[in-house]
Amino acid sequence: MSRTEILTGNQAAAEGAKLCHIQVVSAYPITPQTSLTEYLSQAIESGEIKAEYVRVESEHSALSVCIAASSVGARAFTSTSSHGLLYMHEQLHWAAGSRLPIVMCCVNRGVGAPWSIFNDQQDSISQRDTGWIQIYCRDNQEIIDTLIQAYRIAEIVKIPVMVCYDGFVLSHTMMPVEIPDAETVDAFLPPYHAHTILSPEDPRNINPVTFPWRRADQDGVMCDGYMELRYKLQSALEAAGETIAAVGRDFAERFGRDHGGLLWRYRTEDADVILTGMGSIATEATMAVDALREQGIAAGVVGLRVYRPFPKAAVREAFRDAHAILVMEKDISYGYEGALCSDLKAAFYGTEISAPIHNVVAGLGGRDVKARELAEVTREILDRIAAGQPEGPTTWLNCRTDTPTE
Amino acid sequence: MHEVIWHGRGGQGVVLAAQILAESAYMQGFKGVTSAPTFGPERRGAPLTASTKISETPIRTFAQIEYADIAVVLDPSLLKVINILGSLRPGGLIIVNTPLKAEDTGIDSGRPIAVVDGAGIAFRHHLIKEGAPMVNTPLLGAFARAANLVSLEFIEKGLKWKLSSTVLANNLSALRDAYEATRGSGLEN
Repeated sequence: MSRTEILTGNQAAAEGAKLCHIQVVSAYPITPQTSLTEYLSQAIESGEIKAEYVRVESEHSALSVCIAASSVGARAFTSTSSHGLLYMHEQLHWAAGSRLPIVMCCVNRGVGAPWSIFNDQQDSISQRDTGWIQIYCRDNQEIIDTLIQAYRIAEIVKIPVMVCYDGFVLSHTMMPVEIPDAETVDAFLPPYHAHTILSPEDPRNINPVTFPWRRADQDGVMCDGYMELRYKLQSALEAAGETIAAVGRDFAERFGRDHGGLLWRYRTEDADVILTGMGSIATEATMAVDALREQGIAAGVVGLRVYRPFPKAAVREAFRDAHAILVMEKDISYGYEGALCSDLKAAFYGTEISAPIHNVVAGLGGRDVKARELAEVTREILDRIAAGQPEGPTTWLNCRTDTPTE
Repeated sequence: MHEVIWHGRGGQGVVLAAQILAESAYMQGFKGVTSAPTFGPERRGAPLTASTKISETPIRTFAQIEYADIAVVLDPSLLKVINILGSLRPGGLIIVNTPLKAEDTGIDSGRPIAVVDGAGIAFRHHLIKEGAPMVNTPLLGAFARAANLVSLEFIEKGLKWKLSSTVLANNLSALRDAYEATRGSGLEN
């Protein structure tokens, strides 16, 4: 039987990892991820779950351990935040390039300098191009459910999955979470079988130096060159969207909760203006939309769950009838604009979608994001559009922008 | 949605009280509950807040509380340090741990006030940690009495859910004692 408990996001993630029969955990504590690793180390120490917790001196080593564990056929888990994720950067590429179905939680936190322990999504967004699938969660229920889906997805498409959720805002906020029963999870998530088993009986050299050209191996078998291997990873990521959506549908049938696959919508049926974002800011936007509708503005929300692979077809469909689009995000691609905003605009290129798109950068370094503020900025932008004013610069929500720039 | 801010100092069990209230409210039938600490580092003795949000429907906001409906003050010295009334909506209830009568607290806000001698009750029921009274349970009793939101019965269930059996009996008796001893606006004394 499933049961409902009042859990923090980190507790929800730990419960999800336990239900997935993870076999190896290697993680290094960092705020706000710390309590997640503590729950798992307790569960392993007490014998509640049968797994190995490998203690390491850094995040780089934590992911290296997961890569080794996954390579010999173990279901591996890690989690980190902010600088910890950045320290893993090299191994992120290595895990994806090796096509290993590792799952990690990124408990989103801002990046220094200057130091911040608080939430934004600069950490995971800055790892966008490492070849990992990235899924963003809107609340704690979605965290546990996404973690369970993540292993199924990762092991089908042979690509690691990063389950991202907002530090403190979700990781440290308690809310009701339905914990699925173990039997249903077992039926949904079959045991992991590695694509290549490393074993002393069958020694292999994996990930050797690969040449620019294709060439025959020692047995005369023609092998891919580096570029073919990159193409295969890219193709697999492009095709992974279908798998993510299908796994989401299967999950909904078995567990009764549909988080929307690639994206979710709120009151978009007749919406003129669509607010969009990833994670808890999109949840907050649903409250803003309720307020806007009370004021007679037909607003809706499209919440992006999956950022990589970018759901190009799904967003083209979801935003097709919008007359205005506000992209709200907790990151910035320095020197340009929010990363999600750029990606959305690129997805719309060559389509009939010509609605004005306005970028709102919000909540950096944990600055609180209130529904009231999201509704206010939406009204301002709509007024500007109605007055025929050209596209303005990115809005920095609730931020002083009139001080000297040095 | 009902928004409750807990004001206390690190080590007073502020976060725990916010959690127990959320759990109690959920057991009572509220579909939406959240509880959260002040985000960030905590230090023993330093002022901190925690929040509980309670709603008939699932909660879709994780923003910090702007104007609370109810403020619970575990340490009355904070009234001089922090602008507690500044984050309490007009007409919002303030519940204070103090041996004083409501009219003697010096809180002049035109808002309803409830008082309970949480520290005295904590000492009487041996709720003492490192020499200091643990006033979070007595203030939950005062909350049950004054807020008319989550009943004593369900806060008792919340305590049973969270506390170990070794400390439960003293906490339950302190809870009931504080419930009876709470005085203030709109309460039959």
